[in-house]
Amino acid sequence: MVAINHKIIELDKVVVKFAGDSGDGMQLTGTQFSDTSAFIGNDLATFPDFPSEIRAPQGTVAGVSGFQVHVGHANIYTSGDLADVLVAMNPAALKYNLKHCKPSAIIIVDVDSFNAKAFKKAGYEADPLKDKALGGFKIIKAPITEMVRITLKETGLDSKTIDKSRNQFVAGMLYFMFNRDIKTGIDFLQEKFAKKPALVDSNVKVLKAGFNYAETIEELATTYVIKPNLNKKGKYRNIIGNQATAWGLMAAAERADLPLFLGSYPITPATGILEELAKHKELGIKTFQAEDEIAGVISSIGAAYAGSFAATSTSGPGLSLKSEALGLAMITELPLVIVNVMRGGPSTGLPTKTEQTDLLQALYGRNGEAPIPVIAASSPADCFNWAFEASRIAIERMTPVILLTDSYLANGSELWHIPDVNKLPKIKADIVEANDDSYLPYNRDEKTFARRWAAPGVPGNEHRVGGLEKSDGKGSVSHDPINHEKMVYNRAEKVRRIADMYPKQETMGKEKGKLLVIGWGGSKGAIYTAFSELEEKGADIAFTNFNYIFPLPKETEEILGKYDTILVCELNSGQFADYLRTQFPQFSYQQYNKVQAQPFMVSELKAKFNEMLEA
Amino acid sequence: MTDSIKNIKQYTRKDFVSDQEVKWCAGCGDFSVLSAVQNALPEMGVNKEDFVFVSGIGCSSRFPYYVDTYGVHGLHGRAAAIASGVKVANPKLSVWMMTGDGDSMAIGGNHFIHILRRNIDVNIVLFNNRIYGLTKGQYSPTTPLGHVTKTSPYGTIEHPFKPGELAMGAEGTFFARAVDTNPKMMKEIFIEAEKHKGTSLVEVLQNCVIFNNKTHQEITAKDVRDDHQVYLKDGEKMIFGKEKNKGLVLDGLKIKAITIGEDGYTMDDVLVHDMHDSDPTMAYLLARMSLPELPVAMGVIRAYKTVVYDVALEEQIAHVKANSKIKNMSDLVNSGNTFDL
Repeated sequence: MVAINHKIIELDKVVVKFAGDSGDGMQLTGTQFSDTSAFIGNDLATFPDFPSEIRAPQGTVAGVSGFQVHVGHANIYTSGDLADVLVAMNPAALKYNLKHCKPSAIIIVDVDSFNAKAFKKAGYEADPLKDKALGGFKIIKAPITEMVRITLKETGLDSKTIDKSRNQFVAGMLYFMFNRDIKTGIDFLQEKFAKKPALVDSNVKVLKAGFNYAETIEELATTYVIKPNLNKKGKYRNIIGNQATAWGLMAAAERADLPLFLGSYPITPATGILEELAKHKELGIKTFQAEDEIAGVISSIGAAYAGSFAATSTSGPGLSLKSEALGLAMITELPLVIVNVMRGGPSTGLPTKTEQTDLLQALYGRNGEAPIPVIAASSPADCFNWAFEASRIAIERMTPVILLTDSYLANGSELWHIPDVNKLPKIKADIVEANDDSYLPYNRDEKTFARRWAAPGVPGNEHRVGGLEKSDGKGSVSHDPINHEKMVYNRAEKVRRIADMYPKQETMGKEKGKLLVIGWGGSKGAIYTAFSELEEKGADIAFTNFNYIFPLPKETEEILGKYDTILVCELNSGQFADYLRTQFPQFSYQQYNKVQAQPFMVSELKAKFNEMLEA
Repeated sequence: MTDSIKNIKQYTRKDFVSDQEVKWCAGCGDFSVLSAVQNALPEMGVNKEDFVFVSGIGCSSRFPYYVDTYGVHGLHGRAAAIASGVKVANPKLSVWMMTGDGDSMAIGGNHFIHILRRNIDVNIVLFNNRIYGLTKGQYSPTTPLGHVTKTSPYGTIEHPFKPGELAMGAEGTFFARAVDTNPKMMKEIFIEAEKHKGTSLVEVLQNCVIFNNKTHQEITAKDVRDDHQVYLKDGEKMIFGKEKNKGLVLDGLKIKAITIGEDGYTMDDVLVHDMHDSDPTMAYLLARMSLPELPVAMGVIRAYKTVVYDVALEEQIAHVKANSKIKNMSDLVNSGNTFDL
């Protein structure tokens, strides 16, 4: 029975954060909630927030595992700044997440877990629920543990299993709060526990109990509706960045008619790419889990020489270890994609957090004159496109390409419009036919300056490549000074001409004017959201986001010249700004930097843009 | 099988000589290894275009430039990783990794043990001259304890590796040894290495004429070689000596050299070599043998047949392919949870 004064409010977007202990099933509940949202046509983005320890001590702040979901009737570009709804399964989850909540947020707590022992573990001196600091929040104190135990009393399940389904009680409450059909939640559980029917029954019972509980309590007299997003039409799936990257490489291999080889070494947060590709032997994908980062990339160079489309995946410290090998890939002019999922650095740094601090390493981190194209992806689903594009450049221009993603993209998810793979561009590898008498290893295509690819197993084209400088054309070892200089410039020219492949660099907002906001790679979503909110109100602002980092798009200089002020926003201390200064020193660049190993918040960007516009 | 044999072209040594000038020092042991390889290749039943020679850095690592096949001259220590990538990408190729004691025992030690452990079907020729030659005379991981070099002017204080022991410890399935002074032996062993499915390690005791001249003299010199080497052949008695009257017997847990007909030993007591033995214990003992108590073992010491990485990988792919509904990327992206908006 719905309360008499039941009111339904329509929302454009809402941010829900699920938080609890690592074992509380918050990732699962978050996924369930986002799948249900996608099912009814909401746009969405998600981001998991897990501790770097596998099982940090239970009940402590360090052990809090979270999952944030941003759903909307409007287009969604980030996983959201602050939560409208927080689910806190214990005091530690509350403590850790309060600062990530809006002042008026609804906070659902499992009041049964709020006892003296738990306060102490979380570092509270007294019951935080009685603290005046929580005054602005709407706290729903639900006796979740108790209700779940009552619900499942007769099932004969052990108490550990019973307590593990507390997350479904919360899910049920949210289905009511957001006027969702509980059937989609049940379907999700049936699929999730298809092999354990007993768990389906118990979890469905708890889900329903949570729904019914929410319906009866006074605190939830108001519920919410988020209408479908009508901007998105067609077939979608929810995809995380690392999966999209892996699939982008796979799609490129298919469109190039080449076998895919990935040599890699596990490293957070890039491991998901290796894991994803390892699954797909049905498509002939070969993954080689190497003994170290060096062997990861070097085995890929070997595979590329042998005629496979090869890639390697890593994160910051791993890219450092691969530096020498990147020089070899560059001088042998073999196609290779190096995916670097950036994390907080330097050194081991903050391995589970996000940052854009490997830009200069990607651009310059090699001995000698060793230009390597650099590309950056902008959103989880967009990783597919940029992995595909990095592959296209690598294969068609015979060069290693570094693809930069980051932890935020790699683990975050969003809806991906499933492409027609067969309509993606064909990738044309310039492979030498058998017994081609005209073939010389270092002859170049007139237009692209790329050399040709002659793989072993094909008669008549036997040749040697290697790290020693080679003579132009024939490719013998050469120490001739003039030849060396020529080869250095040939390789640079080849990379420079890659910019001929790009579509036009897009600028959004005013065509010229006061403020140009610049971003690159993974912070696009937040910057775009902040920009568009101001632009809608008529602000004199424009935004351009760079995905092609090196070489830069040809229009870059022209774009930079059209605005009074240029503001470069990035999650580092100013690496892209410095890079632009070296490329176009005639302009002056303002910076907005954040080096907290956290993504930008839309609110802080808006504040900065407003400050710049008013100056 | 018959088809592939039929399609193999006939080659001579000349087909494997590249047009590059060989730049080793006059008198270097590398020349005879190169020559033995070029003599062996035509007899392997492999088409020329299917050979790939890879290397790291060092004198011996220039090898790929001198053989007219496909080749990659890589980075210091990384030849094993290149070879792994080449072979896994295209298992039909005959992949040869040319390396030295610095390249594979020091900077590339990690890759070296892991290629052996994985048992990828690559042939490794390890040129062991017990010195860094290309950098002009520093001690290597196989330099004997106490040896004076440019970086050990008072003698080394490091214990050397024995490559054979390292190979056994790394679960290596094939280990052979040869001397650079015996072209016929090298050729026979290279052909055996090619035949073995799995990682084949051939240690060549090679002389650096400039920086470590005569380092293997005690083993290779004409006047002592018959008594100081035992050339092991599968299924044959382990006998050696100028008069072929010496043999190896097992004495407790140790190998002992005896003279047949003396101290009550007869030919029946002499050990018979079983290179396919799954238990590596005897191979380990044989690989360890050193002067002056025992002769140094030559020939194929171990050739154990077991799971080969590249073969198993192809089998796994074929199996998964046969049992999956996903046939292409289009199937994959449309599989599982999708939403029609």
